[in-house]
Amino acid sequence: MNEQSMTIRGKDRYKSGVMEYKKMGYWEPDYEPKDTDIIALFRVTPQDGVDPIEAAAAVAGESSTATWTVVWTDRLTAAEKYRAKCYRVDPVPNSPGQYFAYIAYDLDLFENGSIANLSASIIGNVFGFKPLKALRLEDMRLPVAYVKTFQGPATGIVVERERMDKFGRPLLGATVKPKLGLSGRNYGRVVYEALKGGLDFTKDDENINSQPFMHWRERFLYCMEAVNKAQAASGEIKGTYLNVTAGTMEDMYERAEFAKELGSIIIMIDLVIGYTAIQSMAKWARRNDMILHLHRAGHSTYTRQRNHGVSFRVIAKWMRLAGVDHIHAGTVVGKLEGDPATTRGYYDICREDYNPARLEHGVFFDQHWASLNKLMPVASGGIHAGQMHQLLDHLGEDVVLQFGGGTIGHPMGIQAGATANRVALEAMILARNEGRDYLHEGPEILAKAAQTCTPLKSALEVWKNVTFNYESTDMPDYAPTASVSM
Amino acid sequence: MRVTQGCFSFLPDLTDEQISRQVQYALEKGWAVNIEFTDDPHPRNNLWEMWGLPMFDLRDAAGVMMELNECRKVYGDRYVRMSAFDSSHGWESVRLSFIVNRPKDEPGFRLERHEVAGRNIRYTTIPYAADRPEGARYGGA
Repeated sequence: MNEQSMTIRGKDRYKSGVMEYKKMGYWEPDYEPKDTDIIALFRVTPQDGVDPIEAAAAVAGESSTATWTVVWTDRLTAAEKYRAKCYRVDPVPNSPGQYFAYIAYDLDLFENGSIANLSASIIGNVFGFKPLKALRLEDMRLPVAYVKTFQGPATGIVVERERMDKFGRPLLGATVKPKLGLSGRNYGRVVYEALKGGLDFTKDDENINSQPFMHWRERFLYCMEAVNKAQAASGEIKGTYLNVTAGTMEDMYERAEFAKELGSIIIMIDLVIGYTAIQSMAKWARRNDMILHLHRAGHSTYTRQRNHGVSFRVIAKWMRLAGVDHIHAGTVVGKLEGDPATTRGYYDICREDYNPARLEHGVFFDQHWASLNKLMPVASGGIHAGQMHQLLDHLGEDVVLQFGGGTIGHPMGIQAGATANRVALEAMILARNEGRDYLHEGPEILAKAAQTCTPLKSALEVWKNVTFNYESTDMPDYAPTASVSM
Repeated sequence: MRVTQGCFSFLPDLTDEQISRQVQYALEKGWAVNIEFTDDPHPRNNLWEMWGLPMFDLRDAAGVMMELNECRKVYGDRYVRMSAFDSSHGWESVRLSFIVNRPKDEPGFRLERHEVAGRNIRYTTIPYAADRPEGARYGGA
């Protein structure tokens, strides 16, 4: 379907009136994207009867220079340069009525180092465009020239590990539960028990800010007592993600400054604070030697459905540019959405310096990160010690594994829950490094480790049959999708 | 107490056979293994003393184990760890680190609190052993 250009050129192009987008220069099948172009891949679902090429050209137009009618003021500009060019449209395999549209944007269309500007262009107007039933931004190729205008993760995986003095294994965390209602004093108790038991991190939940049951200063003070006491009890560096999310930037800065004053190594923000606020906090974190954890609160409203919204792989790319150090990126085996191949794609985007296109992982473009710091993925939600071999296999070593319920719900208490997770993890890393087939021997390895660790034995018993095997709603289009085998 | 720094401190102390397999894993990845020792286990003391240089270009863990045994003869009453360095681009740091020797008795750390303005507290972590000079801690060698 990628035939020749239909662009009308010369004087006729600017005759007043309405002209099809594909004739205005937004459909250029001969165009070869430049190395410096930003490329976006959209999944376009045109309304019935709408030509897919015209729909794709309209997306290019509405996300760059076009309006609904011809305007003579285009002729005052280098309009051809600024027009986004759709250069390829492919039918989506096994999805009648859906098309992948590849659109190239000149670098001059974007402001340096601004996710707000990038996203205002690419997803600003076009998602409500009437001739489309649905539209999804699947992936983006960000040229090195643009990547280099961003700070990137404030700390990065390597420096985070150096500061924490923890190498060779995933980090362990837990979200304090119940997520709402604990007083500062009780909250600090949970943090202390979990850290002393063997976790590296504890975490505020996304909606713990400053509420009647616990104002933020109370939380920060009791949490830092817990962190310091656990450090002294273990000889290890510990951290607790103090959520500084608040109603205004001024409040967030105040909370972040207080966290720093108390000696916290890490703070946390929620995705819902917005891209500009995230970038501001990333700059603050870089200036103040702080690790910056991002909870992707709200993302499922636009990432989960396959036909409409923005893929999480795009959000992951934006957040690596924006400069956070941690991002929740899925567990595969836990309670939240994420098929193995798609999740693998997200993890690669966070952690690699170069992502080759891998359609089977939903990664459509080669992406160079130009030595931008690596972003630590976080796996959180419905995971437990009995899945350690699967987690290590799916997610690798550079990840924070967060066992909230899997720590705090342990029948022998929070410390025991933490110890069970840590022992399971260390036993699995030891076995992997020894060259054992840890994925298949996982249950034996865990059972063996449990012989000298009662808390692990008890954890394996309590959660032995807990799995979350549901079909994913978001999967790669180009490969059969394996489900999680337990 | 038990200092739980390093990758395997929650497991029973590794046997030399187990240590050797971990070292072999690191060597096969192309990482250089370094033996480091200290009698100051403060969590932020990253500068453990080096037992020689990182062993570059080594293929067989036996060489590292020989050095470990030599190190233990001299510093067997201190903490000794293996650190494996990855020189590849994008890492250029430690990739694996674990304790292979520890003092018989680990007294742990004192947590000092200095109350300052408001309800703030300044915390200081001090190894009990650090009350004595370097070399005279943990029974002294």
